[in-house]
Amino acid sequence: MDSMASLTLAAAPMTAKLTLIAPEILLFIGSVVVAVLGLSRTPSVRRSVPFVTALFLVGSIAVTAFVYRSSAVAESGLLMPMLGGFAKALIASIAVFLVMVAGTSIDRKLEEAFDSGRAAFDPIRVMRGEFFAFFLLATAGTMLIANASDLIWLFLALELASLPTYVMVAVSRGTRRAQEAAVKYFFLGALSAATFLYGFSLLYGATGTLELSTMRDTLAAYAATGGVPTLAIIGGVLAVLGIVFKLAAVPMHFYAPDVYEGAGAATTAFLGFIPKVAGVLALMVLLSVFGWTGHTVRDGEQVVMLAGLPLPLSAVLWMVAVLTMTLGNIGALLQRNVKRMLAYSSIAQSGYLLVGIIAGPEAGFDAVLFYLIGYGVMNTAIFAVLASLERNGEEVETLEDLSGLRTRHPILAWMLAISAISLIGIPPLIGFFGKLAIFSAAFEAGQTQLVIIAAVNSAIGAFYYLQLVAVPMLGQPNARTDSVQLVPSSWPRLAAVVCGLGVLAMPFALQQLVSAAASSTAPTTGDKPSAVAEPASTEAEQGLAAAETGP
Amino acid sequence: MLSTLTLLLILGPLAAAAAVALAPARLSKWIATFGSLGVFAVSLAVAWIFPHWTDGQFAPSGAGLSVMPSLGISLSLGTDSVGLMLVLLTTFLMPLAMIGSFTAVKERVKEYYAWFMILEAAMLGVFLARDAIVFYTAYEFTLVPMYFLIAIYGGAERRSASIKFFLYTFFGSMLTLAGVIYIAAQHALATGSWSFDLQVLANHCSQEMTNTQQYWVFILLMAGFAVKVPFFPVHTWLPLAHDQAPTAGSVILAGTLLKLGTYGVYRIALPAAPVGGVELDQFFAILCIIGILNTALICWVQHDAKKLIAYSSVSHLGFCMLGLFSLNSIGATGSVMYMINHGLSTGALFLCIGMIYERYHTKDMDQLGGLFKKMPVWSFFMVFFTLASLGLPGLNGFIGEFLCLMGAFTAEPQAQTGYPGLLGPWWALVAGLGLVVAAMYLLIMLGKLVWGPLREPHDHSHGHGHGEGSLPKDLSAREIGILVPLAVVCLAIGFYPKPMLEAISPSVDKVLANYPKLVEQYAENGTLLTPADGAAQGVARAALDTTTDSLPAATENAAR
Repeated sequence: MDSMASLTLAAAPMTAKLTLIAPEILLFIGSVVVAVLGLSRTPSVRRSVPFVTALFLVGSIAVTAFVYRSSAVAESGLLMPMLGGFAKALIASIAVFLVMVAGTSIDRKLEEAFDSGRAAFDPIRVMRGEFFAFFLLATAGTMLIANASDLIWLFLALELASLPTYVMVAVSRGTRRAQEAAVKYFFLGALSAATFLYGFSLLYGATGTLELSTMRDTLAAYAATGGVPTLAIIGGVLAVLGIVFKLAAVPMHFYAPDVYEGAGAATTAFLGFIPKVAGVLALMVLLSVFGWTGHTVRDGEQVVMLAGLPLPLSAVLWMVAVLTMTLGNIGALLQRNVKRMLAYSSIAQSGYLLVGIIAGPEAGFDAVLFYLIGYGVMNTAIFAVLASLERNGEEVETLEDLSGLRTRHPILAWMLAISAISLIGIPPLIGFFGKLAIFSAAFEAGQTQLVIIAAVNSAIGAFYYLQLVAVPMLGQPNARTDSVQLVPSSWPRLAAVVCGLGVLAMPFALQQLVSAAASSTAPTTGDKPSAVAEPASTEAEQGLAAAETGP
Repeated sequence: MLSTLTLLLILGPLAAAAAVALAPARLSKWIATFGSLGVFAVSLAVAWIFPHWTDGQFAPSGAGLSVMPSLGISLSLGTDSVGLMLVLLTTFLMPLAMIGSFTAVKERVKEYYAWFMILEAAMLGVFLARDAIVFYTAYEFTLVPMYFLIAIYGGAERRSASIKFFLYTFFGSMLTLAGVIYIAAQHALATGSWSFDLQVLANHCSQEMTNTQQYWVFILLMAGFAVKVPFFPVHTWLPLAHDQAPTAGSVILAGTLLKLGTYGVYRIALPAAPVGGVELDQFFAILCIIGILNTALICWVQHDAKKLIAYSSVSHLGFCMLGLFSLNSIGATGSVMYMINHGLSTGALFLCIGMIYERYHTKDMDQLGGLFKKMPVWSFFMVFFTLASLGLPGLNGFIGEFLCLMGAFTAEPQAQTGYPGLLGPWWALVAGLGLVVAAMYLLIMLGKLVWGPLREPHDHSHGHGHGEGSLPKDLSAREIGILVPLAVVCLAIGFYPKPMLEAISPSVDKVLANYPKLVEQYAENGTLLTPADGAAQGVARAALDTTTDSLPAATENAAR
């Protein structure tokens, strides 16, 4: 009887877990569908692939909204049960725009050749279906991280988020540079996977469990009785160092400039956001195992309480954050290639995200998730502008290509300028409020030096972001820019306009966005003291009540 | 009523900007002119019904609109008599600057006027902000319009000037932002709820926070304001920006944008962190004096009239800040007077130089001279405003300058004024040398430009008949119309400053309320920073319930 009871108990979370990953399952189905559609002989079917992709993403938003109102959230037994509800909606929403940015750019020349009859249709050569299938797989993998309940799940989700991106980089444009970038990305990605897998194994060795909630209890027990074992700390440090690869944070940032430069603009936009979310979510889930309270350190005779994570772990994260911000910003100062500059800028942005993560699960995580909303929109807007332009059939590369963009394509130039000003952190645009939230959270957690360093770094960042304003808005068109023209597809332009206006409009919905982000870290039982978490938890409780009174 | 009108002051210019953007380009200048005149009328109405002229209260004008409740940010406006005077200065200068641009701007006209209207909204936002984030938003957003105005309509080096302007100010204000959030976070840790209300933050910081915390907060806050004022070592962006900006841009830059910095010191830095204010008082006073003398000497050797006025701005604002750092009622009142008067007379001087530039396309005093023979009306105004600027008694500049120096003079530790200070006669004397040099360089400028034999650029002997502006030899009625109101106000303030002084001093008393006690302590002990405070520096003190004595050291290690 006893075992029966435990079995049913175990089964309940399993059903709940499966319910919660319904959005991912939908995306997985979607990836199979678009992979098949992409091979169709009928051009119109092949052309429909991005639309079908977007359709599945929209569907997964709806499913997310639906499942995260159900009782499954409370039963899932996850460390942060509501995290997925916000993260999945955010990932899928931004991904819709990323699909728009990719538009018809994949296989464009090949399709033109098919249309004009210069080449016969050849299913081996078409890539569009595969690209979007991998797009959906990587998106689903990123979403799955939010639901990780044990280390194996976390590892598999991270790999599912990573592996497809290597292929996406390779097929994103038909140049050798893209393939070179993909190989670099793959090898360094494999290195990082090995690193965090090794860290996971040490964590397992130290605690004897893979289950994250059990591991948290074990580590808390250790912490209460004399400190987290060194083995677990080393495991944690290795895991963090591996995972920061996804964030493109120092010391795993070396790939970013080359890969961003080599990949097509649409894929770069994807790389600038989705893997970052993956890294942030993975860090949140993993570090929650250690917890931000109750850690002690021996200072001579005395045992003193620490604020925040256990000591070596917090020190490593601190250094990673500082180096990431600083090296990212300084690296970006030196670039003339737009995509390399944005690569370094995205490294710097990861540094700000890490500041929020160091600040801890209460205000810090809320701030990071809130920051990600704004960052996703700004990032997409900038790359959408780049993807809307081409020069002699190639992507625009250098800042000079954008010179005087205002005179020929004023709307794109404005969108670029707005997004760049927002990335600088000029209020009242959304980028400022993200920084404000992160700085506030970090100050509240006592990380004064870290905030000052971040503030100085934001000021350095202004220098290169300002070039994205100055060159298109103030520069004069020249012989080189005469050959810059719009790509035939209008989808990237639409994405640029929508995201650019979003940067302007989002500050009007600050309260909604903040409480959405805050609700994601709230426990379903509603015992979080923060006032903002209340609407979310009552919502979840209403969902619970509805489920109980139902059939 | 007051809250509606106050909100209208910010929304009005924004609406005008939108109208300029949507309307055809030929209407732009009229929309901007009448829009800014309308805003001026609104500001007069606000001044008319403003209830706190005499009690110096910094009261909210109405209930704020909550923007981000989780951090306690609300769109709340409110000001005191000093802020309102600066509002009036802004709204008064803006229409004049707009009318002054009619013939100067010929391309990208729409953007020009739209950016100016946005700039006006942002500047008024600073002076009307009651919430620190509203203040910071407006303060920072002035960078964007000004950046575009310099970079699009400026002189030959406009790109580098605009970038330097942007980066200098942005760098400083990021640190200011960090300081503001630090106070707010400490307040949140102590009370459990976030607030960015300026008064709440100032009270919390000055009453609850340790001396060491206040010291560092003051440094952070001043980092941004010092760049904007600008103080001596970080002033180098200003002459370049002034030199390159279009005339109206220079007018607004000198007239009101610099006052954002002085107002920030007055409104936030000094009241929030009195310990820092006292501790660093002499340091900043020294910077003021170096700035006064250094830039005055630079002015002496300038050949470019506009650059000369730009450098004189730095020198003059040195006096203004010296008055404020006297930490007594006289000096601070004089400082506020100086903010207003500097805006009027320097703004007018930039307008005068701009009128010459439009005619001769040079500001080089070696190529121009003896213009009295050709332009007597212009020469009259030039002499008038120069005298106002160098502080001739009877004109507006005198009263502020005199009070600033007197404040510094009487700011001794044992002063009988009820306001002990840390400066004294020697400080005032050395700073006063700046006045002598100011008289020299300004009179030299007058001597070159106005008097002496007529000199005109060679290529221009037949020049100023053609061109689409076809400006008359001497000032047109429009140009006279711009300068007369300025001259009238200068005279009025010069002859009868009493109502202004009476409105300023209650506000000053509130801002400096904490100072006499601390200054006395400082004069006694030589420092306010006790070693006991040192341990708590930069630490989340309330982050843990189980606070032990060695906790701060441990957390600091952890952070490293």
